[in-house]
Amino acid sequence: MEPSNLALFWAAVLACSVLLYVILDGFDLGVGVLFGLTKNETHRASMMDAIAPFWDGNETWLVVVGAGLFAAFPDVYAVFLGAFYLPVLLMLFGLIFRGIAFEFRYRSERMRRVWDGGLFLGSIVVAFVQGAALGAMIRGIPVVNGQYAGSPVGWLHPFAILTGIGLVLGYALLGAGWLVLKSEGELRDWAYRRIRWLTFGVLAALFLAFTLTFDYSILVRSNLQERPWGFAFPALGVAALAGILIGARKKRDGLPFSMTVLFFVAAFLSLGVMFWPYMIPYSITVVDAAAPDASLGFLFYGGVVVLPVIAIYTIGVYWVFRGKVSKGTGSQ
Amino acid sequence: MDLDPVFLSRLQFAFVISFHIIFPAFTIGLAAWLATIEGARLATGNALYRRVFDFWLKVFAVSFGMGVVTGIVMAFQFGTNWGVLAQKTGSIQGPLLGYEAFTAFLLEATFFGVMLLGRQRVSPRFYFFACCMVSLGTMFSSFWILANNSWMQVPLGHVIVDGKIIPADWWSIVTGPIMRVRWPHMLLAAFLTTGMCVAATGAWYVLRDVHRAEARVMLNWGLGLVAVLIPIQLFFGHLTGLYVLKHQPAKFAAIEARWKTQQPASEVLIAIPDEAAERNRFAIEIPKLGSFIASGNWTAREIGLEGFPAEDRPPVLVPFFGFRLMVGMGLIMLAVSWVGNFLRFRGQLETARWFLWGTFLAFPTGFIAILTGWYTAEVGRQPWVVYGLLRTKDAVTPSLTSGDVLFSLTGYVLVYAVFVSFGVYYIYKLLREGPTVDGKAIPGATGNRPLAFADTAKSATGVGLHRGG
Repeated sequence: MEPSNLALFWAAVLACSVLLYVILDGFDLGVGVLFGLTKNETHRASMMDAIAPFWDGNETWLVVVGAGLFAAFPDVYAVFLGAFYLPVLLMLFGLIFRGIAFEFRYRSERMRRVWDGGLFLGSIVVAFVQGAALGAMIRGIPVVNGQYAGSPVGWLHPFAILTGIGLVLGYALLGAGWLVLKSEGELRDWAYRRIRWLTFGVLAALFLAFTLTFDYSILVRSNLQERPWGFAFPALGVAALAGILIGARKKRDGLPFSMTVLFFVAAFLSLGVMFWPYMIPYSITVVDAAAPDASLGFLFYGGVVVLPVIAIYTIGVYWVFRGKVSKGTGSQ
Repeated sequence: MDLDPVFLSRLQFAFVISFHIIFPAFTIGLAAWLATIEGARLATGNALYRRVFDFWLKVFAVSFGMGVVTGIVMAFQFGTNWGVLAQKTGSIQGPLLGYEAFTAFLLEATFFGVMLLGRQRVSPRFYFFACCMVSLGTMFSSFWILANNSWMQVPLGHVIVDGKIIPADWWSIVTGPIMRVRWPHMLLAAFLTTGMCVAATGAWYVLRDVHRAEARVMLNWGLGLVAVLIPIQLFFGHLTGLYVLKHQPAKFAAIEARWKTQQPASEVLIAIPDEAAERNRFAIEIPKLGSFIASGNWTAREIGLEGFPAEDRPPVLVPFFGFRLMVGMGLIMLAVSWVGNFLRFRGQLETARWFLWGTFLAFPTGFIAILTGWYTAEVGRQPWVVYGLLRTKDAVTPSLTSGDVLFSLTGYVLVYAVFVSFGVYYIYKLLREGPTVDGKAIPGATGNRPLAFADTAKSATGVGLHRGG
């Protein structure tokens, strides 16, 4: 059975929202991770400055994904959140703590160490559980009668840990690219120095994860056999990683971030080629999960009005706060 | 009452939504209050209104931010703990809650930013328009929440296909007769809550003899608005009771603690219901009044809980006391606002310290009424999650263990204790300080970072503190 046009529309909206979320919240989570790797208070302040106007809006896309899944693909919403009960909980706690730390670290000298720790740990936990959830999905999660049928820690497999670490490194790479783009002087040099080993870390984690997936998943092998053009995406991803290294060596400030974004897009498309039409690999497809057209159509009107407005608003915020922060175009 | 995943999940949902709802309810009321006072300023040109506005705007921003953060948690609760509910009713509840999220996003992306940061950049008329749009937006946000919950109370416009409850007629789902009563009831509750807070803040300043001019505006407007709105609220409360009687007779019997079917029925004013023995202890009752309240005549037969199979009966304690607390809070608001306006008429409002103390102490009445009202509605709906269609015990995520939920519930309690107490502390600090500083935009804050208004800071990122810039 083919998915309806409305189901395809919402699948596309959700795919774009996930990708946008990963890239946008990815860089601010990554800056949060890097934040913990320096004790230099000036660096830390500039890091906060580089993401302050954006991070809250970036999380909007996570809520779009959550609300959109519930409305358009309730079966996926139910299975995913049931299977990842603990990781989702940790993610929410991490996001809340990051939020508090962000607002309160300047308001209290005494508590600053606690907030700073919250920011660093919160960022790592959020990044890790998102990556781990992806890994657990690739391995497949047991589903009976449209509900998750495994244990609460079923997701915690070595492969998931690998992908979790991979995503922490990936977000940190995005964050380093963002800092290079937004900062100057010492902090920029500091970030440049991190880009090299982060790139190699991401490459190693990715190579390992891809090989293991190829070995493990019959679906992935047959999908790639049917769609040999799909190999273009992993290749693009590797090329993008090379681009990051080139950008870092030539000190072209825009290159590392844009190449990391390209890398994430390529990785996302690779996953799409490997698993389409499954939303939960091996058990739930787009057709299985889609709400009836009566629901998707009802939601459509809201979506076509609201989503462009959020997108325009997001672009507007990035435009207003463009440029290097220390030149005074940032938060001033 | 075992500590099974169903009970713990209910407890967790009650906990997170109780902490959530106080902020949006406050925010809906504050947005309307801000639009009102800005309108008054535009009409009269009185600069005092501007200072009152700027002050409450900061409270509004922090409250809005708290509502957003606690709301993100809500977006995931339905799937994590109520997987079967999400799967079976997702095609109805999902779009309704999705529209709520859309409304909130739209608001944040447009007029909210203008309201928080745009005073200097737009004309006064457009600024007032933006305030009205923000107020409308918060009301529409609650519209979808109430539409969703009203559908859970009295499901309409659906069909059941392969065990899934799917939409057949959106118009009746969204605007059912129940919704038309409950949405106004909720909006009025939000307005009253904020009205009481505004009045109580004014009373606080008068008692401390600070900000007298602003305090007078807050007292007069707060007490005036509450005095006008509370009779309307009592009327909508009555209509809400009628829908319960018609569609959820078991809930009605539980609220009344009426165990036996009676003709004529007496009204239990207060008692300690004993659920095990199915009778009331220490009951104070008025004969025949129960029939009159429910049916409008003194001799009608009213069904008691015994008329329902045991597995279809709701718990009695929470609906019984929840309802009485809610009504009690309403009566306190009525007394405070009417006495206050009487004193104002006599010119004694700011000298009657006993009354100012009473008003100050009445600040939480609206919040208590909202929470107890919702407990009455939600616990009274049990044992159903979707009335008559899906039982709560069948709606929980099947893979959940008690340990999972105990862990998550403990986590939420701890995290919220930190987060909400900080939020409440900063709101308290803002209120205590009062309208001292001009509500200047904080550099670096954006419309989607309202919590940056939580305290006075040189900039939203603290950069100024480090680089002197």
